[in-house]
Amino acid sequence: MSDQFEPRLIGFLCRWCSYNGADLAGTSRMKYPPNLVPIKTNCSGRVDPTHIFKAFAEGADGVLIAGCHPGDCHYINGNYRTAGRFPLMKKMLEQLGLEPGRIRLEWVSAAEGDKFARVVTEFTEEVRALGPLGWNTRTPEEQAHAGQASSDRVEEAVPA
Amino acid sequence: MTDKFKFAMYWAGSCGGCEIAVLETKDKILELDANYDVVFWPVAADFKYKDVRAYDDGFIDVCLFNGCIRNSENEEIAHLLRQKSKVLVAFGACATMGGIPGLINETTAAELKELVYTKNPSIDNPEGIYPQEKLEVPEGELELPHLYDTVRTLDQTVAVDYYVPGCPPEAHQIAAVLDVVTAALKGEGELPPKGAVVGVAPKTCCDECKRVKEEKKISGFRRMWEFFPDPEKCLLEQGVVCMGPATRAGCGARCTNVGMPCRGCYGPPEGVVDQGAKMLSTLASIVDAPTPEEIAEITATLPDPVGTFYRFGLASSLLRRAKV
Repeated sequence: MSDQFEPRLIGFLCRWCSYNGADLAGTSRMKYPPNLVPIKTNCSGRVDPTHIFKAFAEGADGVLIAGCHPGDCHYINGNYRTAGRFPLMKKMLEQLGLEPGRIRLEWVSAAEGDKFARVVTEFTEEVRALGPLGWNTRTPEEQAHAGQASSDRVEEAVPA
Repeated sequence: MTDKFKFAMYWAGSCGGCEIAVLETKDKILELDANYDVVFWPVAADFKYKDVRAYDDGFIDVCLFNGCIRNSENEEIAHLLRQKSKVLVAFGACATMGGIPGLINETTAAELKELVYTKNPSIDNPEGIYPQEKLEVPEGELELPHLYDTVRTLDQTVAVDYYVPGCPPEAHQIAAVLDVVTAALKGEGELPPKGAVVGVAPKTCCDECKRVKEEKKISGFRRMWEFFPDPEKCLLEQGVVCMGPATRAGCGARCTNVGMPCRGCYGPPEGVVDQGAKMLSTLASIVDAPTPEEIAEITATLPDPVGTFYRFGLASSLLRRAKV
């Protein structure tokens, strides 16, 4: 085991193109880093900003959204919606202090196993260079509020 | 002291508008007086913290707690009132979601102090004098509460029984909440399940808005001072950023019905985790442009998406605060 930082990446992959692209990369025995956890979604357009925010809030170091190339969407225009939403979402995340390199939108078709492997490799190295994000870790001030999970609702007995 | 029920109301990090909203219930306030003894209400009655500390645990029947947890005093009193209250209600946008003060979560207390005490163009402070938390004077030590970096909601601090959102909560909703609690205390009704959001409707603000809604397609954003909006038509369809689609109903859409866009003070509707994320989705999907690049150009004209979409809810959003 090296001491190298291993980023935790979440990938939302559309089931019609990018997830199959990832499958192809696997069946073709292409090598790429194991840092990305793939999540199959019906369409990249289904990836709600809530999902991305939650991924970061729960400790992801980077999030990839991958969908069909423009014009190839199984649902006609889902990927256009993703692409339309992405810049505004990125702007919000940057306003909240996120480095732009931690979020990425890519078009990967079912035939592009090599592209999938390349994207994951590049993304892993980019995020590795940025270091841990740790949105889920507490600030020193929050640690001072002893015993309280910072993002959890407090559950304690309520006097009757 | 009589055998009436005990009522308390407290303001933590807030503006005082919630207290005014309680007075806005008009003659209902007499019912409050008929059913309750006020045992703590800094804005209205002269009780001290030491009086509250002297009460038995659970002495207060209902406590409306407004304001966010901004500093160490807010936090201490939140814990104290939780201990002394049977029913603790997070009252208003600040207590439920962090409210406007929650926007400080975009930065830190140190940066805030620097801006207010030195950087602000109208400030002349060459000696760099900052407020101190402790000061020795001949009579003893004076102390100010410690200002936190991160604003928290009441339920991120202590357990909360009910939520009443709104900035401020609408008078008829406050009256309804007091009616429910009073009936339950008298044994004439049941309390809602713990954790319930009371005094709201299940749908979104748009549902209560009287404006005519047609197809939502916009080619750009406009602000209220730039034009005279059509008084009948949906504001969002006219290019005004109106938070209605991502906001809980219950206020009667008062803002939009008088020509101002919804700012989202009632928080996300049922089933929605993150109000800002939903509003971002909404806006990006109604921008009518042929290519994603053009959509991006149009959405880039929004100067402050975080401050707009999380105007009241940054502290309770998924990300809660900016990374520093």
